Amino acid sequence: MGEMEQLRKEAESLKDQIIVARKGFADTTLQEAVAGTAVVSRVQLKTRKTLRGHLAKIYAMHWGAGLTQCVSASQDGKLIVWDTLSTNKVNAIPLKSSWVMTCAYAPSGNLVACGGLDNMCSIYNLKGKDGNVKVMRELASHTGYLSCCRFVSDSEIITSSGDCTCILWDIETGTEKTIFAGHLGDCMSLGVAPDFKSFISGACDYTAKHWDIRDGNCTHTLSGHESDVNAIGFFPNGNGILTGSDDATCKLYDLRSDQELITYQDATIMCGVTSLAPSLSGRLLLAGYDDFNVNIWDALKAERVGVLAGHDNRVSCIGVSSDGMACCTGSWDSFLKIWN
Amino acid sequence: MTIRSNRDHAQHYRPRMTCLKKVEALVVEMQDSKSGVTATEQKLNVTTIPHVMTGQDILAWIANKMKMDAEEAQALGTMLVAYGYIYPLQDHKKLILKPDGSFFRFQTPYFWPVQKWQAEDIDYAIYLAKRNMRKKGTLEVYEQARYNEFHKWLNPKWDFIVMQATEQYRANKQRQKADRVVFDCQERAYWIVQRPPPRAHSALDCMDRLVDPNDETRTYDHYRRTTIYLQQAMARSRVKSTVSLGALVKYINTYKNHDPFLAPCTPSNPWLSEDDTYWELNLPTVEVPTKMRVERWSFSLMDLFNDPRGRKDFKLFLKKEFSGENMAFWEAAEDMVWGSAASMADQSQTIFKTFLIPGAPRWINIDGRTMGLTVKGLEHPHRYVLDAAQTHVFLLMKKDTFFRYLKSPVYKDMQKRAIVPPLHNYSDAQVEQNARNRRPGTDPILIWQQLETERKAADLAGKPVDISTIKNKIDRK
Repeated sequence: MGEMEQLRKEAESLKDQIIVARKGFADTTLQEAVAGTAVVSRVQLKTRKTLRGHLAKIYAMHWGAGLTQCVSASQDGKLIVWDTLSTNKVNAIPLKSSWVMTCAYAPSGNLVACGGLDNMCSIYNLKGKDGNVKVMRELASHTGYLSCCRFVSDSEIITSSGDCTCILWDIETGTEKTIFAGHLGDCMSLGVAPDFKSFISGACDYTAKHWDIRDGNCTHTLSGHESDVNAIGFFPNGNGILTGSDDATCKLYDLRSDQELITYQDATIMCGVTSLAPSLSGRLLLAGYDDFNVNIWDALKAERVGVLAGHDNRVSCIGVSSDGMACCTGSWDSFLKIWN
Repeated sequence: MTIRSNRDHAQHYRPRMTCLKKVEALVVEMQDSKSGVTATEQKLNVTTIPHVMTGQDILAWIANKMKMDAEEAQALGTMLVAYGYIYPLQDHKKLILKPDGSFFRFQTPYFWPVQKWQAEDIDYAIYLAKRNMRKKGTLEVYEQARYNEFHKWLNPKWDFIVMQATEQYRANKQRQKADRVVFDCQERAYWIVQRPPPRAHSALDCMDRLVDPNDETRTYDHYRRTTIYLQQAMARSRVKSTVSLGALVKYINTYKNHDPFLAPCTPSNPWLSEDDTYWELNLPTVEVPTKMRVERWSFSLMDLFNDPRGRKDFKLFLKKEFSGENMAFWEAAEDMVWGSAASMADQSQTIFKTFLIPGAPRWINIDGRTMGLTVKGLEHPHRYVLDAAQTHVFLLMKKDTFFRYLKSPVYKDMQKRAIVPPLHNYSDAQVEQNARNRRPGTDPILIWQQLETERKAADLAGKPVDISTIKNKIDRK
């Protein structure tokens, strides 16, 4: 027992040393750096389209790399690919397991993936030879539910799971390439860097971790939240991380200086954050909450500059399209709305 | 009568519960007899029900207290109803806050969602059995279906369930009529929140987390790994905040005018006007790009490369300077990284012969150490074998060629030729017409195929002509 105590003390002292080292590099705060910038004026976004067609709660949506296509997953057991401008359904894919919790669109537009309580990630080929959408691969090796999946390319996908690990898969062979273990609680969300060389994951141990895809190592661990980290995303330049948590706050961390920069919170917001997405320039942060609203924050000044209210139930997923033109929100009221 | 609850909520296991602490504080305030929502007695079906509020009053109180407008207050109020803190008296299945005179009551803390006991199926079965006992046929269709299901798979416990239900029913009968009605309403509201009728709103996430992060049993192995990780973290290089924050702010300010949420885009935002001229003008294969696009090319080399039109322009510039081999090498390396595993061996050989052998037709100028590493790696080629060389070449282009490009006549000419499409303001009628006339749009797959054919043609044209084959042809003739 004495040895364990010693190890524990050593770990604690190292953690303190890291905190001291971080402080040493913090020669300015974000507030000081933007003291001269004015707050962005009130942003009014209106619902331009409502996508109707799901019959149950929508758990996830993801924009494609094209300009108007997105995929959404709902617990009625359907994965629907939408052409959002015309609100037509391009594909409606029936799933084997209706307990789906996540979906993803490949950057090339050829594949979509989904997964959930069946512990598997199923990959569907949208551009099959005879026009049918079929299951291309079923990646099964997680021992917990699949909370999020994101494509790195047409041959690689990263999944995060309730068994506290993230896995990088090779789609062609259907095997695991790398297992990223290190979280102490269920991994709830993940995001891939704009240059596809690294990814971040948020978990129920109140931390977010930044991993290098090729080495398989965790390069940064970011703590500061007081509850589960539900949503995570990269800042558009790839050097910042945005996290949203059940403690009703979002935080911005900087990777290069290893600091927590700013917290987005407000006394009137009492509900946890379920999803978030930055705008194209990074100036605006759109975050969906359990109180059925989406709040728009000025990322530099940490002030609320807008609200998107229109859903009748929890906003479960949000995404900004690749050219930054529109944002799509999906909710437990079974509707997707496009805002601009 | 104020209902208070100050139990501790160590609900780390169950999702969404920590933020409900804040909601509870608000609900407690709402119930304060002096400063809370006004509650009166209401007569409903012969019995008088105490402490009833109207939807309007609740909304007005929330809007006043939290200083928000009516829409937000409506959303917050609906959330309170959906989570079960307030329940409606009429139309009890629809869990929304109606901003009119309909009646609501506060739920007793016993039935609040954060209590330590979870709403188990057994409790639900007991509840349904009790209601069935009271008067046969009061169960709704969906409730009857669930009741039958429970009878099937909770069969071993059925005696216990019936016994509990009978006990509760008897105890209930001994209460006063008014209390009984109140308790029945509360229980019914609780179960509507926990076990919602089909196709109804439900705000509760019934899924618990798999791993308990409060589990304090740590192994020796865990501590050892943590220590190694922390030591590595200590040794990691950090940048001063001024530098990195400056970069962050600079990035935001550079892209500010290109963010469609912050600045209007010309000619018109397709989502607003249903007219996709904007997307037509910004296709990857367009001849003359827009001014905003050309401006974006000057932000960074990656922006230039990510835009196919920009890449084309850059290659034109390089052709004039006779230094196209760096770009070609970078593209070939990218193909290897993202290409299929089967073609990797061939690709690496082609790249080796074209770019790396001394005296190669498109020999790239990289330093000796990188060249040595790359050649050695190519004996056992894998996807990322060209990484070092690719980064070196990219940095060369970034530091030198990129800036010369921005000052070159090619770029300046493009800036002059770039069009600024005029701003269109469509009236509502025109927007509708646009929606009707809209074409299906260009499928991204078609654009990609177009680009691929163009690229292949360019590759073929750029390949060094093999003199020996031509000589053979001439000789044979």
